[in-house]
Amino acid sequence: MENIINNAICVRGLNKTYSNGFQALEDINLQVKCGEIFALLGPNGAGKTTLISIICGIANSSSGHVEVFGHDNITDYRIARSHIGLVPQELTTDAFETVWNSVKFSRGLFGKAPSPAYIETLLKRLSLWDKKDSQIRTLSGGMKRRVMIAKALSHEPDILFLDEPSSGVDVELRKSMWQQVRELQETGVSIILTTHYIAEAEEMANRIGIINKGKLILVEEKESLMKKLGSKKLLISLYRSLAEIPKPLLKFNLQLADKGNVLVFSYDPSKEDNAISDLLDHLKKNSIKYKDIDTQQNSLEEIFVQLVNA
Amino acid sequence: MINYYGILAIYNFEMARAIRTIGQTVASPVISTALYFVVFGSAIGNRIGDIDNIHYGAFIVPGLIMLAVLGQSIANASFGIYSPRYTGTIYEILSAPLSSLEITIGYVGAAATKSIIIGVIVLITAGFFVPIEIRHPLWMIFFLIMTSLTFSLLGFIIGIWIDGFDKLHTIPLLVIAPLTFLGGSFYSISMLPKFWQKVSLLNPVVYLVSGFRWSFYESADVSPIVSIIMIMVFLVTCMAIVAWIFKTGYRLKK
Ligand SMILES: Nc1ncnc2c1ncn2[C@@H]1O[C@H](COP(=O)(O)OP(=O)(O)OP(=O)(O)O)[C@@H](O)[C@H]1O
Ligand SMILES: [Mg+2]
Repeated sequence: MENIINNAICVRGLNKTYSNGFQALEDINLQVKCGEIFALLGPNGAGKTTLISIICGIANSSSGHVEVFGHDNITDYRIARSHIGLVPQELTTDAFETVWNSVKFSRGLFGKAPSPAYIETLLKRLSLWDKKDSQIRTLSGGMKRRVMIAKALSHEPDILFLDEPSSGVDVELRKSMWQQVRELQETGVSIILTTHYIAEAEEMANRIGIINKGKLILVEEKESLMKKLGSKKLLISLYRSLAEIPKPLLKFNLQLADKGNVLVFSYDPSKEDNAISDLLDHLKKNSIKYKDIDTQQNSLEEIFVQLVNA
Repeated sequence: MINYYGILAIYNFEMARAIRTIGQTVASPVISTALYFVVFGSAIGNRIGDIDNIHYGAFIVPGLIMLAVLGQSIANASFGIYSPRYTGTIYEILSAPLSSLEITIGYVGAAATKSIIIGVIVLITAGFFVPIEIRHPLWMIFFLIMTSLTFSLLGFIIGIWIDGFDKLHTIPLLVIAPLTFLGGSFYSISMLPKFWQKVSLLNPVVYLVSGFRWSFYESADVSPIVSIIMIMVFLVTCMAIVAWIFKTGYRLKK
């Protein structure tokens, strides 16, 4: 048996085949620990939303079990669901309701006594207070997303699902959103977010799960995952193209790209060596001039290739 | 353990929608009732004469109330549940710690409340045109409530079953309108040829109108006992269908 106390969510042997015969999830096994931020990383159509929908009770599973703090999400759905707040991927709100009524409605749905004071702090924290009496249809997309976050938090959940929270959100709002997610975590809330962007997972998560084509390929602590997969590339655009790598530079394992116009250097940013400055020194010594330097993170696709081939 | 706050949230949400459009909510039954009285009560009614010693104008009052109550129950309940399915906000209801019974009570309760209010408005409006007596007020209230509940449940089922906004209007038009017009609202079943009398007995609305009219004038096409039994049967049938819908997630869950 899993240790119930330490797991906010425990998924066992979960399968999902949609009514059209498409298998969206295959034997998913996953534990999310209490108080952690867990990022579910995967490309379009990987099954992230499907997994969240099943855990939250919006979709039926074909087989398998989900437990929320040890409560089965079907036989014991009342307790299981009351712990969870969900911000879905799609912006779906009642156009004609006011922000205040909509958030109040959500709190009621989850069986909580009204608390105007709590909703007030919530709306203030999400910078929605001055919009509280506006109909939701009059808000901008980013504001609507914040309303959905407020609705999800209205019943003071212990687990928060954020499905693709950064889509349609500007840089500033994203920053403040991440700040609030961290603050929530400090109050003991477990957070599960989905994203396409490895940088986002890297910035936020304690642990990362990678899902592709309905299969959970890997679940790992962020630190160790990044060490394994987080190598970066330094792209050096040259003034004059090179036919081949000059001998003195061979030890750097460089590659030539773009018809010899770009030198590519793969390095591990977590390593504390002087590889980059070393390389640049060597370029200077050999009078190889460059006009631009750029770095590139390994893309998710490359990581998949690495994972699948491993 | 019952999630009272959850039921109340749905109920209030649905009632708020009616209150936002209070003008239409009240005006349309008042106007249509007045029109029925002008056309059926005065123009045509004077040539029909009394039925069962009841003046024709008064005879059609229970049927008019039923007509409004049936239509409103179905329209309100089907829109109430179809609209969140259409916009996607149903996710919140499905993810909330609410039993299927609680969800149904919220939506159907609100729809039934609205149609009962409409029924009372029609009754009051009719009172301006003809003298009305109600011999069995408690039974009248019983029939009014049971009909509202049953047809709100039916509307709820329709709202879950349909898969397009157009059907929200066509289904009631195609099915419900014929049933209500052929349900004996404007005439006594005994005025029909023998064969059509038999056919009419397959129409559930006949039992509702008949029982309801009995509570007013003690005049009925079928025995009030039969009416009471039939309405119970409809209610239980609708409840069974709703229970099945939630058990299987039919059209609600992917
Ligand atoms: N109702 C449905 N019926 C049939 N197939 C579906 C249904 N919903 C989703 N799918 C399929 O299941 C797969 C997983 O979809 P899902 O929405 O879970 O992906 P996702 O990882 O959330 O993708 P994205 O990053 O684009 O949001 C997709 O191939 C999708 O086409
Ligand atoms: Mg998704």
